[in-house]
Amino acid sequence: MGLDYDQQQVDFIIAAQQNRPGALLPILHDIQDAFGYIPPDSVAQIASALNLSRAEVHGVITFYHHFRTTPPGRHTIRICCAEACQSMGAERLVEHAEKKLAGRKKGDCELQPVYCLGLCATSPAVMIDEKLHARVTPEKFDALLKNIGDKS
Amino acid sequence: MSIRIFVPRDSVALALGADDVVQAIRTEAARRKLALDVVRNGSRGMLWLEPLVEVQTEKGRVAYGPVSPEDVAALFDANFHHGGQHALCLGLTEELAYLKKQERLTFARVGITDPLSLDDYLAHDGFRGLRNALAMQGAAIVQQVTDSGLRGRGGAAFPTGIKWKTVLNTPASRKYIVCNADEGDSGTFSDRMLMEGDPFALIEGMTIAALAVGATMGYIYVRSEYPYSISVLNEAIAVARKAGYLGSDILNSGKPFELEVRKGAGSYVCGEETAMLESLEGKRGIVRAKPPLPAIAGLFGQPSVINNVISLASVPIILAKGASFYKDYGMGRSRGTLPFQLAGNIRQGGLIEKAFGVTLRELMYDFGGGSASGRPIKAVQVGGPLGAYLPESQWDTPLDYEAYASLWAVLGHGGIVVHDDSADMARLAHYAMKFCAIESCGKCTPCRIGATRGVEVMDKIIAGQDGPAQVELLRDLCDTMLNGSMCAMGGMTPYPVLSALNHFPMDFVAGDFVK
Repeated sequence: MGLDYDQQQVDFIIAAQQNRPGALLPILHDIQDAFGYIPPDSVAQIASALNLSRAEVHGVITFYHHFRTTPPGRHTIRICCAEACQSMGAERLVEHAEKKLAGRKKGDCELQPVYCLGLCATSPAVMIDEKLHARVTPEKFDALLKNIGDKS
Repeated sequence: MSIRIFVPRDSVALALGADDVVQAIRTEAARRKLALDVVRNGSRGMLWLEPLVEVQTEKGRVAYGPVSPEDVAALFDANFHHGGQHALCLGLTEELAYLKKQERLTFARVGITDPLSLDDYLAHDGFRGLRNALAMQGAAIVQQVTDSGLRGRGGAAFPTGIKWKTVLNTPASRKYIVCNADEGDSGTFSDRMLMEGDPFALIEGMTIAALAVGATMGYIYVRSEYPYSISVLNEAIAVARKAGYLGSDILNSGKPFELEVRKGAGSYVCGEETAMLESLEGKRGIVRAKPPLPAIAGLFGQPSVINNVISLASVPIILAKGASFYKDYGMGRSRGTLPFQLAGNIRQGGLIEKAFGVTLRELMYDFGGGSASGRPIKAVQVGGPLGAYLPESQWDTPLDYEAYASLWAVLGHGGIVVHDDSADMARLAHYAMKFCAIESCGKCTPCRIGATRGVEVMDKIIAGQDGPAQVELLRDLCDTMLNGSMCAMGGMTPYPVLSALNHFPMDFVAGDFVK
């Protein structure tokens, strides 16, 4: 779950990074790591610290798939949809996951496609929050889901 | 001797529960009052056997796998900690055919050493290349790399030595070494395995590159999908810096080199070198026009060596054992070895480092043991999402840059994705266009618009609307993308699309006799 925007904390993150060459991506990563997303209110702050326009910062945030501007669900489930995982049934797994998650509370689990987790010889691959899982069959997916359900 | 057990900490092993296995081993050992030393090594690359647990014995390391936490008590009962027999016992690791048939040069240490132990690295020939390089002039180092025949392992296969020479001969107050670790191709994981399994090799390779061209700063651009690689690299850099292998005065030579890891943000096109430079500079990952070459005006406008992880990690052995040692492997103009990555629908997937010249059939059947599903293999995509699909008639062509070019295919980064006969090639062609549409940086029209039009055309082909005319349109569109795009993103998307169409035309005809 995302945290609320906190101007002081953003200032602190910017100050720690802004003197590095090419500081914008490291700053955005740190903000997203801290808040779970990049709060739109932080854009003007970043822009002014790096002497960029807000449009430039917005352009960078929206270019990269990794960055998001809305709070994430309690859990993020990323299913690899690239070729190696397709060859082992990733499309069926996505359908299965969509069906399973439809029954859960809104904002609990967020499903996202990802294109390659580097586990291509043990497909299909899934990342739940920061943890990797390989050879994920629909049955294994259900077991993993049950597991995160218990912990939340 | 004390009991030494190896359980990999590679991402694949972790994804298959290696940490739980370690926990179970520690618990069981404590219960039995056994003192043992658990080493978290890299992966041996036999990925269907992960988590692969090894035990040090007097005869060598004995392998057990795949091990689950539930197996651990029975393994102890079978005295596995002294190499005892058990159903999961595979025998001596070094004698396993999958490993024994390989030629491991770049991956010589991966799976054997503790990735973060400097002592282990030094005991296995580590930093010998760097020590040799420190006694040489920059131009002599560049010459060694040129003579070795090493070509860029990221996919473009440009001679590494020539790139370095350009940077060496471009005067500047500041030069950079940039390592491209944005390994986004599906079916590839050799960069990841190397960074997680032998990070010092990459650090050493980059330091040698810096000495060769006179660079003082290096960046490793790692994709955000590889969080574990990033943490291993950061730890290894800290260890190397503390021991004087990085910093203001490398091994008291008076020469400085600093190294920093930068995290990508989920953009495939940032694997293109100029888009990666933009990203490192904190901008959108938009492809730059060339010239100027990055070797002349690269990162922050300065001369920059940009190489893939495997290219840089192959440099230490070249400097340690000499150019001719490396050059003796391979065929034609493809010298040395390539760590192939066997993935997708394959029974025994993993990392296979072989000299150029091996064939797909050997890799898929002799090593891979056929498809995982047990069904016939239909098509193989070599070289990532921008690589061609190869039908069975092409599986005996040696894996060599020029031989593949003559098939209108590419080796790329050495990724091999196997599809069985349930694969629908029209859907895979559709996916190739869709992937390009999602990942295009948007700078040039053929890629930005072409990929979206390509998805629409493929939609119609799959739906059986006006098939022959749409196929003609698809070919025309591919011609525009191929010849008009600024970089390989749009320029090579036609490879999977047209190879699927040319080799599997039946899949592009909607009707009852297909699918």
